[in-house]
Amino acid sequence: MIKVEGLTKRYGRTLAVNNISFEVDKGQVVGFLGPNGAGKTTTMRVLTCFLPPTAGTARLAGYDVLEQPLEVKRHIGYLPETPPLYPEMEVAEYLTFVGRLKGVSGANIARRVDEVAGLCAIGDMRDKLIGKLSKGYRQRVGLAQAIIHNPDVLILDEPTAGLDPKQIIETRELIKDLAKAGAHTIILSTHILPEVEQTCERVIIINKGQLVATDTVENLTHRLRGSEAVAVEVESRDGKLDSAAAQRRLEQVAGVSRVVLKESKDERAMFEVESLQKAAIRGDLARAVVESGWNLNELRPLALSLEEIFLELTSAESATAAPAGGEK
Amino acid sequence: MKNIWLIYRKELRSYFTSPIAYTIMALYALIFGFFFYSAVKYFQQVAMQAQAMGRGFPMNINEMIVRPVLMNTSVIGLFLIPMICMRLFAEEKRSGTIELLMTSPVRDIEVILGKWLAAVALYATILLVSAVNLTFLFTYGKPDWKPILIGYLGLVLQGGALLAIGTFLSTLTKNQIIAGVAGFCVSLLLWVLEWTTSFESTPTSKVLGYLSVVTHFEPFTKGVLDSKDVIFFVSAIFLGLFLTARSTESLRWRA
Repeated sequence: MIKVEGLTKRYGRTLAVNNISFEVDKGQVVGFLGPNGAGKTTTMRVLTCFLPPTAGTARLAGYDVLEQPLEVKRHIGYLPETPPLYPEMEVAEYLTFVGRLKGVSGANIARRVDEVAGLCAIGDMRDKLIGKLSKGYRQRVGLAQAIIHNPDVLILDEPTAGLDPKQIIETRELIKDLAKAGAHTIILSTHILPEVEQTCERVIIINKGQLVATDTVENLTHRLRGSEAVAVEVESRDGKLDSAAAQRRLEQVAGVSRVVLKESKDERAMFEVESLQKAAIRGDLARAVVESGWNLNELRPLALSLEEIFLELTSAESATAAPAGGEK
Repeated sequence: MKNIWLIYRKELRSYFTSPIAYTIMALYALIFGFFFYSAVKYFQQVAMQAQAMGRGFPMNINEMIVRPVLMNTSVIGLFLIPMICMRLFAEEKRSGTIELLMTSPVRDIEVILGKWLAAVALYATILLVSAVNLTFLFTYGKPDWKPILIGYLGLVLQGGALLAIGTFLSTLTKNQIIAGVAGFCVSLLLWVLEWTTSFESTPTSKVLGYLSVVTHFEPFTKGVLDSKDVIFFVSAIFLGLFLTARSTESLRWRA
């Protein structure tokens, strides 16, 4: 449903997004995770045709953002970081305006407004001025606006930012409900890790404009929660290396959960070894290799950047959870 | 077409649900009322003097009241027009709603036309307030109505041109005040350019004079409908809207 290839966006001399590629299948809920300033908003703005990419392509629902922006726009619903609301309009009036603008026909618009108002629990607020609504209700109106034309792809930029804990839970429930309906492919950005765990199936992590990882939530948390990944290069001292034997040997080391052969070339082989939680395996790995009569060419911890980001993300959550923690 | 209409309705509604339209109308009614009052008073005085001197020739209401009052209205427009159009894009940029418009399946030009038409409609509505005053002329005298209509056409054309330029200026900034002040300065400059023709007659001053809105508006006050003046204002409208379109397009690239 969404296909991004080599996406790059520059603002003058600053490189906001650098060569990002990813794909999202129909009906998936994907979390776009990264610390503040990672390039999440920029990427979303490119996907919504608000900004053109400097290089690379993005296709949504089969349409290119540069070639067929009107078609792309017809198929997306977008909630920017600050909900795009007109304070002098009433809720129902606003939803009608946006719906008509997004292509809902005059005959269907009243029904659609009722539906999304019900879905986002803003039915009681229909005749209120948007300017008089509380922050939580504004966010819901913003969400209602994004789904009014029943888009294939829903792009939500920090949908829970600045809400109080109760509103955050409600918003997450709402997103989950939308996901359950299955009609929407959803990308939501956040800098809060648990939010992704609760609402998304897949995660795309970016930092400083670079794609760091893309995986399912389970795999990622497994990889991250205290376990260690190490790259090991083993070399045979005499001729061809039996990489299968080396792999078996590495698997026998205490605390190792998984060994993956990355590449093998005649006398040497590169493995990626993952540890169980909190197990220190590097010393044992080294001894195992040397004692088996091979050379240990390299022993290097992997995915450090991911850990750093993980730390940053988890600390961001505790900061927002603090009582006075409004952000921005 | 549907999208232009949607944007047009939304803009017009927001003028009339906020105090903008009413404030501008009230202030305009006040200022125009004063100008109209002075013009009528002056006319009365001259008429009385003429009678006292025994020269009872009929005096031309169009020439003595309508024309100066239309000229005054053109000047009042210089103040009102920036106030009407300064918010059109600056406000959307500041509040972030521009993101909604630019990610909706709508062409930029549809947004621009909708907004500009709404501004012109508001300006025309404001001008109607002055028409209320002029109806009194018909109650007590016999002015010719055709020159008056042409005069109002001139006002709308001049308004349309300055509004198009003001709309362009509004796309350049997030700050309404800046858009408003810039709009006022440009409008004023376009008005006073005509003065250059009074103190010299070089080719430069002729060109500058030709670019002035007064040069092209004045014939309308006399009831003269000249195609070259109409073409001037229409091309100014096109230029303003074209610049607006380029500017909104470059918004995406500059961000």
